[in-house]
Amino acid sequence: MSDSSVELNNITKKFTSPEGNPVLAVDNMTLRICDGEFFSFLGPSGCGKTTSLRLIAGFEQPTSGEVVIAGQVMGMTPPFQRPVNTVFQSYALFPHMTVEQNIAFGLEMKHTPKADIQQRVTESLAMVRLPCMEKRYPKQLSGGQQQRIALARALVNRPQVLLLDEPLGALDLKLRKEMQIELKTLQREVGITFVYVTHDQEEALTMSDRIAVMHQGKALQVGSPTEIYERPNCRFVADFIGETNFLPGTLAGSKGNRAMVDCGNPLQGDNLRVVAETDRALAPGTAVTVAVRPEKIRVHLEPVPNTPNCFAAQIEKVVYIGTDTHFQMRLGNGAILRVRQQNLISTPDPTAYFGGQTSVYAVWPPESAQVLVE
Amino acid sequence: MLKAIRERPSLQGLILISPTLFWLIVFLLIPLALIVVISFGARGSYGNVEYTFNLNNYARLFDADYASILWDSIWIALLTTVFCLLAGYPLAYYIARTHPIRRSLLMFLVLVPFWTNFLIRIYAWMIILRGEGVLSAVMTALGLMQGPGLWLFEQVQLYTPGAVLISMVYEFIPFMILPLYTSLEKLDPSLLEAAADLGARPWRAFLRVTLPLSVPGIVAGSILVFIPAMGMFVVPDLIGGAKTVMVGNLIRNQFLTARDWPFGAAASMVLMVLTLGVTLIYTRTFGFGEELVR
Repeated sequence: MSDSSVELNNITKKFTSPEGNPVLAVDNMTLRICDGEFFSFLGPSGCGKTTSLRLIAGFEQPTSGEVVIAGQVMGMTPPFQRPVNTVFQSYALFPHMTVEQNIAFGLEMKHTPKADIQQRVTESLAMVRLPCMEKRYPKQLSGGQQQRIALARALVNRPQVLLLDEPLGALDLKLRKEMQIELKTLQREVGITFVYVTHDQEEALTMSDRIAVMHQGKALQVGSPTEIYERPNCRFVADFIGETNFLPGTLAGSKGNRAMVDCGNPLQGDNLRVVAETDRALAPGTAVTVAVRPEKIRVHLEPVPNTPNCFAAQIEKVVYIGTDTHFQMRLGNGAILRVRQQNLISTPDPTAYFGGQTSVYAVWPPESAQVLVE
Repeated sequence: MLKAIRERPSLQGLILISPTLFWLIVFLLIPLALIVVISFGARGSYGNVEYTFNLNNYARLFDADYASILWDSIWIALLTTVFCLLAGYPLAYYIARTHPIRRSLLMFLVLVPFWTNFLIRIYAWMIILRGEGVLSAVMTALGLMQGPGLWLFEQVQLYTPGAVLISMVYEFIPFMILPLYTSLEKLDPSLLEAAADLGARPWRAFLRVTLPLSVPGIVAGSILVFIPAMGMFVVPDLIGGAKTVMVGNLIRNQFLTARDWPFGAAASMVLMVLTLGVTLIYTRTFGFGEELVR
């Protein structure tokens, strides 16, 4: 896992938009993708994730910086000479060729002997669990089947790196979930580095070994799914992945990786002193934001003694969504807090959890809250 | 009445096609039937038609003189189609791949010649290609009117088959470019990226992906050029002079000059059968392309 499979060194890509404005799609990005890793570029549309993938594939050339694949500096190497294959968002199956001819295309281009081609086509169809589909045309297949053929067509070439550009985007939710597990299993089996582009955070969290969260051409945070979710390093990452409460405040003091943050206005006596995790030493008085996930917050009917982060709150709204109930609460300093509770007991009325009471106490442990610097 | 129409889809269809049907019956089917009848007749002494039944008119078309006219017609129409394809394909490809704003401008330019009367454009070619014309003046000024340059000019000079070919290609090329453009424009660029991604060099990607997927455009364009080219008589008349006579000229002369309607009718029938035959062989070989059939 330690050898790097793909390296992006100080990559910048500038485009000219159709209106003639310069667009900075990728902004001085440096990252390493390890050998055999399932790596995802995650971000909203226009963040530069697809451009990053196209730079690796060779469909685009970086304005500056270099792409290294399997130790080889790519430079101007055209796509047809790179040791990578791509699964396209639209699948891009050749409509005039059968499934067999589609899959054999890459091998034919490399002048693989006919007998080998036949065998490898059969193998790869078995691998994507679509045997006996050789003679069909892409039009005769469902979206999910086309997706598998696109995967087989790329994998049959045994590339160093497989690039996937939102390959599950066109599938319905249930099929997408199935394919996520299947893709992950397949990647483990073949041991090829997968570079995956998606805007779906759940998809990225489910499948990836590591994720790069991208925004405006920069990789804001690169890390494992748990690092990204539990320890976001900036407000954008915390906000983009899952739901987060943001409590703005001022740093009152810190000790090790624990920080005390004053949220609200102390002069009006509605101060909330929040204790949270911090990954860096900060001077008191620094403006910070505390981020806390809705599912980390517990609700109590009575104040819990000797506990940090126990604040009185008023329930303002209750939304029942089946597995969970979402509460919107207002804290003493006027801030709105979203809280999520799992529905552990069947009840026709989720408000009955608190005996119909709307004045409650919201509690969360310090290690579940994160200090973010703006 | 309205209720009857509403309940019967076949009647609705009949009503919708009736104007065209009327037009085709009166101005195509009936005249065609007349031509068939006349083609078996004989020419009277005063240029009138005697309604007999004989195959003499058809037999005459196999005389060496007339057979060579038929053969030349097929040959010139085929060459016109091939040159239109060779010249039109790169242009259609370029237009289909260029920026959408430039695309509509270029398509507009392809169609601009249609704004000028056909005869005027043919006269322009006469001025360009004649012995002391524009082309010869330019080539003389450039010192090209000797050796191979002179030979080349003699091939395309006015009143040669070469001149006919140039004018015909000029006349028909938009009919080739339009369907080619339509099928190339539909080609998903990610298919070419996929081909490159799978290791195909640009030339192989063209042969394996672009070319097969543009076959419907090639077939449609070729038919649109070949059929009118077979029956063309104005261009060979004005540009070809006495040396190039196509079957279209033959037919016109029989009807208007020689007043031998039966022979002209027979030639028309043969022209139609030949055109249908070549088109049929062509489409049977290459198919119409799925888009045209379904």
